[in-house]
Amino acid sequence: MSAELFLAADAATKNDPVLNISIFAAFVIVTMFVVIRASKNNKSAADYYTGGRGFSGAQNGMAIAGDYLSAASFLGITGAIALAGYDGFLYSIGFLVAWLVALLLVAELMRNTGKFTMADVLSFRLHQRPVRLAAAISTLVVCFFYLLAQMAGAGGLVSLLLGISDSLGQSIVVGVVGALMVIYVLVGGMKGTTWVQIIKAALLILGAGIMTVWVLALNGFDLSHLLQAGQDAAAAVKKPFDALSYGNKYGKNPIDFISLGLALVLGTAGLPHVLMRFYTVPTAKEARKSVVWAIWLIGIFYLFTLVLGFGAMVLVGPDVISAAPGKDNSAAPLLAQALGGAVLMGIVSAIAFATILAVVAGLTITAATSFAHDIYASVIKRGEVSPNAEVKIAKRTVVVIGIAAIAGGIGVQGQNIAFLVALAFAVAASANLPTIIFSLYWRGFRTRGALWSMYGGLISSIVLIAISPVVSNATPAATSTAMIKGVDFHVWDLSNPGIISIPLAFILGWLGSVLPGGKKENSWLGAEMEVRSLTGHGAEKEVHH
Amino acid sequence: MSTEETPQKEHHRIDYPAFEENPTYKQLKKRQRSFVWPVLIAALAWYVTYVILATYASKWMATPIAAGSVISIGLVLGLLQFVTTFAITQWYVSYANKKLDPLASELRQQLEAKQKAGQA
Repeated sequence: MSAELFLAADAATKNDPVLNISIFAAFVIVTMFVVIRASKNNKSAADYYTGGRGFSGAQNGMAIAGDYLSAASFLGITGAIALAGYDGFLYSIGFLVAWLVALLLVAELMRNTGKFTMADVLSFRLHQRPVRLAAAISTLVVCFFYLLAQMAGAGGLVSLLLGISDSLGQSIVVGVVGALMVIYVLVGGMKGTTWVQIIKAALLILGAGIMTVWVLALNGFDLSHLLQAGQDAAAAVKKPFDALSYGNKYGKNPIDFISLGLALVLGTAGLPHVLMRFYTVPTAKEARKSVVWAIWLIGIFYLFTLVLGFGAMVLVGPDVISAAPGKDNSAAPLLAQALGGAVLMGIVSAIAFATILAVVAGLTITAATSFAHDIYASVIKRGEVSPNAEVKIAKRTVVVIGIAAIAGGIGVQGQNIAFLVALAFAVAASANLPTIIFSLYWRGFRTRGALWSMYGGLISSIVLIAISPVVSNATPAATSTAMIKGVDFHVWDLSNPGIISIPLAFILGWLGSVLPGGKKENSWLGAEMEVRSLTGHGAEKEVHH
Repeated sequence: MSTEETPQKEHHRIDYPAFEENPTYKQLKKRQRSFVWPVLIAALAWYVTYVILATYASKWMATPIAAGSVISIGLVLGLLQFVTTFAITQWYVSYANKKLDPLASELRQQLEAKQKAGQA
């Protein structure tokens, strides 16, 4: 054991930036080749936004896993388990169970009634322009927070993986990631982005699988042995904790954790970049198959992270991880080094970078599609625009988002990644999910209810975050983890707004629909939407070339 | 705002409100709704129970399942969340294949025939 500890402690010096960069460059070259080949058939708007709806359920399931297993999942959850035991496990279970909402309530009905975006479904039978605008705004907000989280993750990773710790070096890397992402999305559209996600998901799951088997082999394939070793390791550190119990990380404020749990479990089915993936398959049945594939892949991956977290606890040690640059985010790469030396660490680091790149690309194409299709074509031009002109706007939007993501990514360096991701989930669960469910399942739902619910959910979740301790708190600036250091204007004690904002958005949606007044809805369209959602009649067809 | 703005005008030839009275359609809707809601609500209740136990009863969750074992009740319940999620997924797939898809494709054919007749 001591030899491995020594190895890990020496991580920062043994790390080989040249090797890490070459492995990552190889990934970029291979995926760029695939993206260019895949883009040859990109002709129509449906090609650019949905890859021609020609992916199979299995391919799309892989791509969903690629989209969903972000750096926060791989690095964040492994690190959380390594530093706090089972509390990290709570996160992954929420992320997994959430897929049942998408599978049972949303995926197939959305595929049957929508074309390119979430707003297509929400505005189907309600008044087009106000509902589309609200849905597009909330899509852009969720994508932006999620994007910032990934870019902050990219900056943090570099310090660990490439040995670049100054902020200029980190900014350059954020710039490179942003520029690569723009090229992928401009050239490849949804088809290219999907292939990047498929390749990345395969590498990530394979890499994590190999490390899991390796850790288990070192423990004689006996889980009890690993858990026991983890408990011993956690008891021997500077701040000992019981690795085999819950509450080490979240025990102080249970309501806050329950609030987070609600946002995780209800946010997934409201994430615009996840919803858009359902349009890349030809039928609702394939959409169902993609979610089934995604659930198995994501579930198995999270089981791996449990073993990896305990593996890092035993082979690297919580103290070494806390002291490493990048802290808990460095648990997985350090474990790779302890197992397979610099080469495995290089591979795992490259996979982590590829993860950020692929997720950022998926978010960007979603945001650009929503802007071009919902705001530009439907709200500004009132539908009087050719699909080609719309795609041109989408491509320009990609460049703008790329620049904003780079600038934002440089601005949020050092911010807490998990907080930004949790914020995106909370906004998705509050602003999007209630309206999606009401539109698909409640005929009495009206335009005013949709607007109250979407804007109410969006504003309440952001305001509650702004007045919470994550934005400002009383700890001195030097040690503060708050977003704005040195000032304290928090008046609300929960860091996670979900427990208030999600029920509020449901109630607003209901009230806005049942209270007298407001515009009348077209009951014919209500019947059409329901018949089409259940039978698949008139659903958008696959593009054949 | 009028209905002309909706992108689905080509399907307006079908009388959808009348189609909703179709007995096969009614059966499809009943089967879909009566599966997804109870199953989802049960799954979410089970998840919320687990989260509440993990936060409020973390001592009890740390109890070993057998004397001297490192496997605690909390770990078993956590792993059971994975088992139930996988099981519900496969249950829904087989239910949809057997009970939903045949009705949906029958209705889709009827609707397509109606649409053709309307266009002729």
